[in-house]
Amino acid sequence: MIEPTIFELSREGRPGYLLPPLDVPDTPVEELLDPKVIRTPLHLPEVSEFQIVRHFTRLSQATFGIDQGFYPLGSCTMKYNPKINDEIANLPGFAHLHPLQSPGQSQGVLQLIYDLEELLKEIAGLDRISLQPTAGAQAEFAAMLMVRSYHQQQSGNTRTKVLIPDSAHGTNPASAILAGYKIEVVKSGPDGLVDINDLKRLVDTDCAALMLTNPNTLGLFEREIVKISEIVHAAGVQLYLDGANLNALVGMAKPGDMGFDVVHFNLHKTFSTPHGGGGPGAGALGVKSHLEPYLPAPTVERQDNRYILDTDRPQSIGRVATFYGNIGILVRAFTYISRLGHTGLRAVSRLAIVNANYIRKRLENHYHIPYNRPCLHECVVSAKDFKSNGVHAWDIAKRLLDYEFYAPTVNFPLIVEEALMIEPTETEPKASLDAFCDAMIAIANEASSAPDLVKNAPHTLAVSRIDEVTAIRQLDLREAP
Amino acid sequence: MFHSITPDEEQDMLKTIGVSSFEDLLVEVPRNIRVKGLLDLPPPQSELELRRRLKILANQNINADNTVCFLGAGAYDHSIPAIIPALASRSEFTTAYTPYQAERSQGLLQTIYEFQSMICGLTGHEVANASLYDGASALAEAALTAMRITKREQIVVSGTIHPHYRGVLKTYLTSVGKIIEIPHANGVTNLKGVKDAINGNTAAVMLQSPNFYGCLEELSAGIQIAHDHKSLAVVSIDPIALGLLKPPSEFGANITIGEGQGLGNPLSYGGPYVGFFATRKEYVRQIPGRLVGRTIDTQGRRGFCLTLQTREQHIRRDRATSNICTNQALIALRSTIYLAVMGKHGLRAVAEQCLKKAHYTYQQLCNIPGVAPAFPHSFFKEFVVKLPCSPATVNQELLHAGIIGGLDLGSYDPALTNHMLISVTEKRTRDEIDRLVDTIARHIKSA
Ligand SMILES: Cc1ncc(COP(=O)(O)O)c(C=O)c1O
Repeated sequence: MIEPTIFELSREGRPGYLLPPLDVPDTPVEELLDPKVIRTPLHLPEVSEFQIVRHFTRLSQATFGIDQGFYPLGSCTMKYNPKINDEIANLPGFAHLHPLQSPGQSQGVLQLIYDLEELLKEIAGLDRISLQPTAGAQAEFAAMLMVRSYHQQQSGNTRTKVLIPDSAHGTNPASAILAGYKIEVVKSGPDGLVDINDLKRLVDTDCAALMLTNPNTLGLFEREIVKISEIVHAAGVQLYLDGANLNALVGMAKPGDMGFDVVHFNLHKTFSTPHGGGGPGAGALGVKSHLEPYLPAPTVERQDNRYILDTDRPQSIGRVATFYGNIGILVRAFTYISRLGHTGLRAVSRLAIVNANYIRKRLENHYHIPYNRPCLHECVVSAKDFKSNGVHAWDIAKRLLDYEFYAPTVNFPLIVEEALMIEPTETEPKASLDAFCDAMIAIANEASSAPDLVKNAPHTLAVSRIDEVTAIRQLDLREAP
Repeated sequence: MFHSITPDEEQDMLKTIGVSSFEDLLVEVPRNIRVKGLLDLPPPQSELELRRRLKILANQNINADNTVCFLGAGAYDHSIPAIIPALASRSEFTTAYTPYQAERSQGLLQTIYEFQSMICGLTGHEVANASLYDGASALAEAALTAMRITKREQIVVSGTIHPHYRGVLKTYLTSVGKIIEIPHANGVTNLKGVKDAINGNTAAVMLQSPNFYGCLEELSAGIQIAHDHKSLAVVSIDPIALGLLKPPSEFGANITIGEGQGLGNPLSYGGPYVGFFATRKEYVRQIPGRLVGRTIDTQGRRGFCLTLQTREQHIRRDRATSNICTNQALIALRSTIYLAVMGKHGLRAVAEQCLKKAHYTYQQLCNIPGVAPAFPHSFFKEFVVKLPCSPATVNQELLHAGIIGGLDLGSYDPALTNHMLISVTEKRTRDEIDRLVDTIARHIKSA
């Protein structure tokens, strides 16, 4: 079924949304505004409310979320999103609060922000948290600016380089560049972890920070984290954690205890706020006390049992969001953490780890697994053995759609050829892990016995393989008037 | 708890994995950095307990649902049609993520394409991206885009742009650009100041209209100055105003950005909101954020996919046009539904009611002895008045009358002490406006 676009559904003459009759003097617009600034054509559709409901309902049915099926998108922590999160965020006292109301009128939300900060401090083992960054990448950028201010303050010199492992997510280098740093890539060793000798070679007093992901994007814990921390700190380098993978650690180990100075984590991942079809998320930014003065302003403080917004932070890197961040997401994360409590959070990392290893084990005789040893919350397998048949990781992802699963993250991390990065999360039932593994194994067999079946997948959906090359060659990015 | 594995299943799975206990899976995590016992957090709480507790917190907030809101300044109390939460809360949308697998995400991709189309329709540009974090980050990304396009590094910013937007811009350009800020001249951009500041290294002139003070800017004059120096003109706008006002592109703006909160999204204490970014086709390879394109499948049927991804961080890494990854897709979806339900005529009607109600409020307020108009410029739904007393005390009085008053501008600009920025949306009724006016008049008289 091809659903028409909302513009194709439009018919001239359909009335717009009904407003109450105007109850103030109906002065003609031309008397209130210079006619030169009044617009004539407005390219918007004219559709009835019922048509809109049907249109977006149909489009939702042509969308795949975790509520429909297994969504093993690695690095994204596609876990169940409890419905109570949304209910609480929709309470009028949170949903309809204007950001510029005085703190006196906003004590409840300020307390929630403050309390969430306290919870995250304990989870991460850090001294202070800013909840202003609107996503992980924005927190990364803010962190690099903070590191910059810190070095400037310490030595009058911001330093010039940031070290990033070759397995890191693309936002890390993109964020460090935006903060004005040059990137030096640290090689991974044969075990998939940071090559300590390469790190030693690169670390010097011109390095501002090492941006590390732990567990890394292979789902492997940086075993030598304490040593890495010593090496970088000896040169005054700040140790940054990309905490996108906090789901592996929550309740089990704290980044602060591993030597990290500054950490971001993605509340939409670990704390299940949902992902919204691409966002919104929230990026919490946590620090040890020496970096606290540089956090984005304003901060939320408690004074004599009242909560205030502190704008008087002279060393702050400034604002990163228009107001205080994605508050609706913070409410959801707070609800989630409170719901699970200490025992619930502990079970999160344990079952996330068991589930990932179970998949790794069930697939190991069917897929090449480049670093095949116990992993944490995700495992990365390679489709390189099928290349000789013309089948790539990408094709396996497409074939999985026929088996009614979403696909893992494909071709990432870059250090694995033909990578399929699988993150089951703790909420997935065993039956769906088994069904997924069965499908992966069946596809591995197809890739050998009937490669075209895989190369031309999907076969069962409303559309077949989408032509991305044509999309670029004949750019069509909007419905033109 | 939300997990689904039973203790028996867990044992079976550990057996399949080939370990005798869960601990064996942690061999690479040094023991001395593991948490001993439980985190120092509260125990699990049931939904019942959480609801009770969090309702108490929520009820401590005075909000625009049970109080009449005349506060704006970048976040607006517009009405939200019922179908927006009904449709946008469908869990296919809320529990999906970035549509990397086009074939199984056609619906989501199409909603993004429709968002891009509507933002183009509103702004009169040819290209719009899938969303940015908020209006302020959209302004910052526009500056970075202009710097890439022009290969210049200085940005001239009007002091009439929202102070928080200017703050975020400053943060984003900390180490990669130079900002020259031109203080406002009587509520609008000081065009002479812009002319004096602009030079051969200016990547962009940045304006906002209606501006922070509610005033409409002389866009054509400001944009002309930019173009005279081969700089780009970037304009921040209120999308509701575009129901009535000519878009900046008609005056030559190169990039139009803005905050989409007003398009059917709750105030939510400042977020999640949605930034939009629209520009000319010639710049498409330089823009930040995700883009959805319409294309075909292998059988020639229409389909949609993410496109021009080589601009993005997951491909281009340190040479990406932006570091953005997770964006504000669900808020963009809400905005798309809003624009669909308003339609051509509805958005115009909303804009006209804002305009007329704001002007009625303005006139009534200016009739109060001691209250004076602050700036002699035309405005849309927001304006500034000078009061004979402190806006903070006026606001206290208003709160007693069930009204959230306007913004006290003194804390943003000492020259505007006793000035209040008032916003009037289509939601306000004549009764509410009269109550605002009466309460202020009474307060002034008694003071
Ligand atoms: C490892 C890693 N780092 C950073 C990010 C960026 O986070 P966000 O998408 O919230 O900006 C992601 C997520 O997409 C990630 O997987």
